[in-house]
Amino acid sequence: MTSLLASVAYETWILHFLVLGPVAGMIHVLASPAERAKRIALGWSVAVFAASTGLWWAFEPGAGFAFRFATPWISLWGVEYALGLDGISLFMVLLSTLTTPVVVLASFRYVATRQKAFYALVMLLAAGVSGVFLATDVFLFYVFFELTLVPMYFIVGIWGGERRIYAAVKFFLYTALGSLLMLVAILYVYFSAGTGSFSYEAFLAADLTLTEQLWLFAAFAAAFAIKVPVFPLHTWLPDAHVEAPTPGSVVLAAVLLKIGAYGFLRFLLPLFPDAVQHPAVTATMLALGTAGIVYAAWVAAVQPDAKKLVAYTSVAHMGFVVVGVFALTVNGLQGGLMVMLSHGVSTGALFLLLGMMYERRHTRRIEDFGGLARVAPLFSTAFVITALASIGLPGTSGFVGEFLALLGLFERHPVVAAVAATGVIFAAYYMLPMVQKILFNELDKPENRSFPDLSRREAVVLAPLVALMIWVGVHPAPFLERMGPSVEAVLEQVDRDAGVLLEAVEPGVGAALEQVEPGTGAVLEQVSQSAIGAVSPPPASDDIARAAERDATATGNTGQASRGAAEPGAGGRETPERRP
Amino acid sequence: MPSSSSSGATAPFADPASSALSEAAALPVQQAAVWEPFLPWMVVLLPLLGFVANGLLALVSATRSAAAVRAGGTEDSLSLDGGRPRTHRWPTYIGPGVMIAAFLLAIVNFAGMLGADLHEPVVAGPYWTWLATSSLRIDVALHLDQLSMIMMLVVTGVGSLIHVFSVGYMRDDPGYPRYFAYLNLFVFFMLVLVLGAGYPLMFVGWEGVGLCSYLLIGYWFADREKADAGKKAFIVNRIGDFGFLLAMFLLFDNIGALDFVSVFEGAEAAFSDNRALVTTATLLFMLGAAGKSAQVPLHVWLPDAMAGPTPVSALIHAATMVTAGVYVIARSSALFALAPASQAVVAGIGALTALLAATIALRQYDIKKVLAYSTVSQLGFMFLAAGVGAYTAAVFHLVTHAFFKALLFLGAGAVIHSLHHAFHETGSKADAQDMRNMGGLRAKMPVTWAVMGIATLAIAGVWPLAGFFSKDEIIWYAGAWAGAPGNANGSWYVVFWVVALATALLTAFYMTRLMVMTFHGRSRLGDAEQRHVHDSPWVMRAPLIVLAVLSVAGGLLNVPESLRVLVFGAAPFEWLHHWLEPVTHAAAEIQVAGMGEAAHQSPVGGGELTWALISTVAALAVVGGAFAVLRKRLYRTAAEDADPRTGLALALERKWYFDEAYDRAVVRPVLALSRWCWKIVDGIVIDGFVNLAAALARLAGWTTSLFHTGQVNTYAFVLALGVLAVLGAVYLP
Amino acid sequence: MLTYALPLSAALFAIGTLGVVVRRNAIVMFLCIELQLNAVNLAFVALSRQVGIEGQLFVFFVMTVAAAEAAVGLAIIIAVFRHQRTVQVDRFNLLRW
Repeated sequence: MTSLLASVAYETWILHFLVLGPVAGMIHVLASPAERAKRIALGWSVAVFAASTGLWWAFEPGAGFAFRFATPWISLWGVEYALGLDGISLFMVLLSTLTTPVVVLASFRYVATRQKAFYALVMLLAAGVSGVFLATDVFLFYVFFELTLVPMYFIVGIWGGERRIYAAVKFFLYTALGSLLMLVAILYVYFSAGTGSFSYEAFLAADLTLTEQLWLFAAFAAAFAIKVPVFPLHTWLPDAHVEAPTPGSVVLAAVLLKIGAYGFLRFLLPLFPDAVQHPAVTATMLALGTAGIVYAAWVAAVQPDAKKLVAYTSVAHMGFVVVGVFALTVNGLQGGLMVMLSHGVSTGALFLLLGMMYERRHTRRIEDFGGLARVAPLFSTAFVITALASIGLPGTSGFVGEFLALLGLFERHPVVAAVAATGVIFAAYYMLPMVQKILFNELDKPENRSFPDLSRREAVVLAPLVALMIWVGVHPAPFLERMGPSVEAVLEQVDRDAGVLLEAVEPGVGAALEQVEPGTGAVLEQVSQSAIGAVSPPPASDDIARAAERDATATGNTGQASRGAAEPGAGGRETPERRP
Repeated sequence: MPSSSSSGATAPFADPASSALSEAAALPVQQAAVWEPFLPWMVVLLPLLGFVANGLLALVSATRSAAAVRAGGTEDSLSLDGGRPRTHRWPTYIGPGVMIAAFLLAIVNFAGMLGADLHEPVVAGPYWTWLATSSLRIDVALHLDQLSMIMMLVVTGVGSLIHVFSVGYMRDDPGYPRYFAYLNLFVFFMLVLVLGAGYPLMFVGWEGVGLCSYLLIGYWFADREKADAGKKAFIVNRIGDFGFLLAMFLLFDNIGALDFVSVFEGAEAAFSDNRALVTTATLLFMLGAAGKSAQVPLHVWLPDAMAGPTPVSALIHAATMVTAGVYVIARSSALFALAPASQAVVAGIGALTALLAATIALRQYDIKKVLAYSTVSQLGFMFLAAGVGAYTAAVFHLVTHAFFKALLFLGAGAVIHSLHHAFHETGSKADAQDMRNMGGLRAKMPVTWAVMGIATLAIAGVWPLAGFFSKDEIIWYAGAWAGAPGNANGSWYVVFWVVALATALLTAFYMTRLMVMTFHGRSRLGDAEQRHVHDSPWVMRAPLIVLAVLSVAGGLLNVPESLRVLVFGAAPFEWLHHWLEPVTHAAAEIQVAGMGEAAHQSPVGGGELTWALISTVAALAVVGGAFAVLRKRLYRTAAEDADPRTGLALALERKWYFDEAYDRAVVRPVLALSRWCWKIVDGIVIDGFVNLAAALARLAGWTTSLFHTGQVNTYAFVLALGVLAVLGAVYLP
Repeated sequence: MLTYALPLSAALFAIGTLGVVVRRNAIVMFLCIELQLNAVNLAFVALSRQVGIEGQLFVFFVMTVAAAEAAVGLAIIIAVFRHQRTVQVDRFNLLRW
């Protein structure tokens, strides 16, 4: 396989194709008659997906970016069109390229009006999402980040349900608000770095005090936390999901939410290591993540609307991502990534299944169903497997991520992990009653007696997702192996000089952190105040360490090509000794 | 999957990564004990293949009957006339077939291990790496030692019998292939549970059997109550799983590995300074075990689980899955030995559960509910044994209990099957499981009566049946433990000992009541029904007889020296104890070091033989007395029996109000809280802020839009004024 | 020279402004805008004698813009007239809200 890929010079064109292929698809769709739009969109998305599967073999696990490419875009500001792929973005890209054909195929019946516009928007969304995950220029990232908003806004606003305008506007404004804060922060880093470049490495090298980092962290975190969404910024999600058409919900759950979590890993952690390791910040993020897990599970359990229920489970799942990431351990980060992957597949599949129910019965209320297992066994089998993957049954994809995320969290914060682990109980508490009320119980509604089972097209849509859930659950090692070095590189980056700044506060606040439970905002406030007071201004010796760091990073940039070195993290940037 | 166990299988090693090294070092020394397991993965794989095959048949059959329903047919419109369709013929061979093949393979391996004089566990595999990060590595491998071998035999052996029985029991059920698919899947997960080479793999089996239990309890899913029961079982089990999960995290955090070999090697070093940690870990495991094995306070799901088909109750909710909690404690004996406090908790919970469940069983009328509470009670005995460090006794009782409880359930199944058929034929709406509707069945079902009688005597602890030896050993160890010199909680163990003795007598009583109400006295069936009641076909009768033989002879597995006189020296001395020695000796050593040898007499004097005689005589007396009294009693049928209960009788019939208490204390508050979070926090507080921000923006927009009149002249006028104002501000002083 | 030209320019501009503000007929308003532009042109030309040639340069820009504006503006007025049958600007407020 590798030689085959080499023979077609795979590395040189694949990333461009991932971004530009869907754009070409969009143009093709727009230039064709409406009745052919869906087939053209399907063709292009399958082609992009097929091309992207080569990444599985072509990507060699290692730190730093692979397949890098950069060409000046707006040279006045030092903006580049720069793409690259690492172990973190690899699976996000694969997830999104898989989602697009699935979504297109699932829309064949659902979308009956303005087909050309719809499929063009889906293709544009695919391009934007690929761009978000592949951009190694922060400005370019921001452009793609915003670009994903527009098609989603129209998909919800045009093909959505009754309250679609409210949902679309809420979605758009919420996300735009966060991303504008991020734009300000990006510009701040750009000017304070002073290298006149928006490249990722330039941002990594930026020399920021702890106070600056905390503010910038807040701005970036706002953008990503809204996107994830982190409790209590989540209320746009249920509305958007409920009103969005099935394909919109699927893309939203499977891919768009991942952008926020991806931002955590790609930007928050490496760019602002001191802020991330600040006890108050960690405590806040962990508290919010844990609260999200438990709270969203509770709220999900009492939803009468199936789609809204699943939307809330997304919040709970993404809570696992947040706690995994902010555990700042290898297991936690890898777990977070696996939860993202698994959630994309299983929740995407759940939305597809709910969409199929809606197409047949034109209702989303759980109580309008019942006993479907009698009339639709294939549908029910797929539903049950998906639900089990969603609640993290071992042997399905959901377990791997939750297990690693909680394990990683436990290594640092056992009490928080214990609270977060109650999520496994509440997962059963929200999911099983829905499964029972929809699939089991008596088939007592006459309308349901003629509920058709999966059509061949629907089976084709679901089969790869179900297979993926089981494959990832049974044999996740190849996935973990590919993301491992990149995740470790992120952690190295976090640890690079955080020790210096935080050494002074570590002992006292570390103990306080152990006792922090979700909801004790007052304590958090206090900790943060005292911690900020204690560490700023930074000690003078710190500047020297930083200077050394910058040099190291600068040399590291050129050494990016030396990938696949024996020691993870050694290939990319030379980092100083990791501090305990 | 690799075709055979890889090179690592022969060497006892700690870390799979360094297996090559340790193998090279260990081989010359271990030459005598080398034992190559024979296709151990095949034992696990066979039921999975059965599941896949039966599952596909089930989908085919379900699709066909779905088409019938959609075409307006009745719900169970599967027509079996004109010959059973293929989907209903093949599972008969696939389901039990894979089980028997697995059982034969297990026997081959058992024989191999018997001849090998093995002192260290053999790890077969690793077949592949499941999870691996830079700090964690979990391999898929099988842990073969004496304990897992016993469990493998029980699971495949009893499982095979129950599969065979099911062929007859489920014959006319439209979901026949689906049933066998679930049952095969269950056995697969159960084997993963007992054979997995580490806690994570065990957890896979642990949750997997929970899933199958969920699916099988709710097998007749169209019935809301049955589907509810399955859901309840799953959720209560998940509470236990939460404990199991945290316990794993704690072990990993302190030891750095999760496979059994490394954990048990590293446990003492890791926890010697911090006993609180190991106590926490073991208590968390106990939480998991309590969930799975239905111990107080998480026992509430098991009686409801009787909604499943009766063979399922026999296999999952009596013989195998519910004993997984005992298994995990026995497996982790090296950890529990380090935490005497946890052991006391295990023993206490066990004793409490045994007593509570036995009292509830006194006043139940549903034959399966009596057996369910009896199971809970017997599991309590096993926990008590594990809590006093008598892991052999716990496993021993686990094995004998698997025999006689499976027999009781299958026997009850035969009765229910027969009555159900009779009621169906006569169109009666009576409950086929209610013992008040039975009575006098001995004449109609002599074989069933005989085998259930044997099982009743066995569970009551009457010499020389299996239950006598296993239960006696537990009671004896509880008493002896109380007298251990270093036991700080000695007086508690005296209480446990008394409770165990009392519970044994209660057991004798409620089982006799069950027998009398079902088989003796006046028949409470109508004449029409009477004609349809008869013994089961051979496919169901044969497993009953095999199990009856095992219930009689099972006790010979582990006859202690002092009781050998009771079997006239016909059994090897404490065979099971010696067999399990390599697994339990680590725990035993720690225990003896910490607390000294157990006493050689009960708390009130008397040796093992004395108390064995006392207990068997007492059990016989209770059985005889109860039989004599209850036989004369005139029971009324369920329909006629309308007397309001009061006092203790009511409390017992309502199962000590556990369900009601949980409903008020947990279920409803959580639901109310959930609703409050949704309506108030999400709907009003959070969305309130969001919508408030939107409203403020809109207000600002509306206010300024008032200036937007649409009249160009006005705009021009304002513009001109503005220009003049600016000019004025600049040029006028 | 300047003393005459600038007051004249100011007067023309004021008249144009007044016309834009008080008249309702779109065509007349348009004429008034042209008047304003030409008042400014006059000022430019007058000032260019003292300040420099750029003033005259700007006059050409203004004239170009005025021409373009006339073309577009008249087209809009005609389009509106076709729909509304009037060019009285107080009769329509299409762009309001």
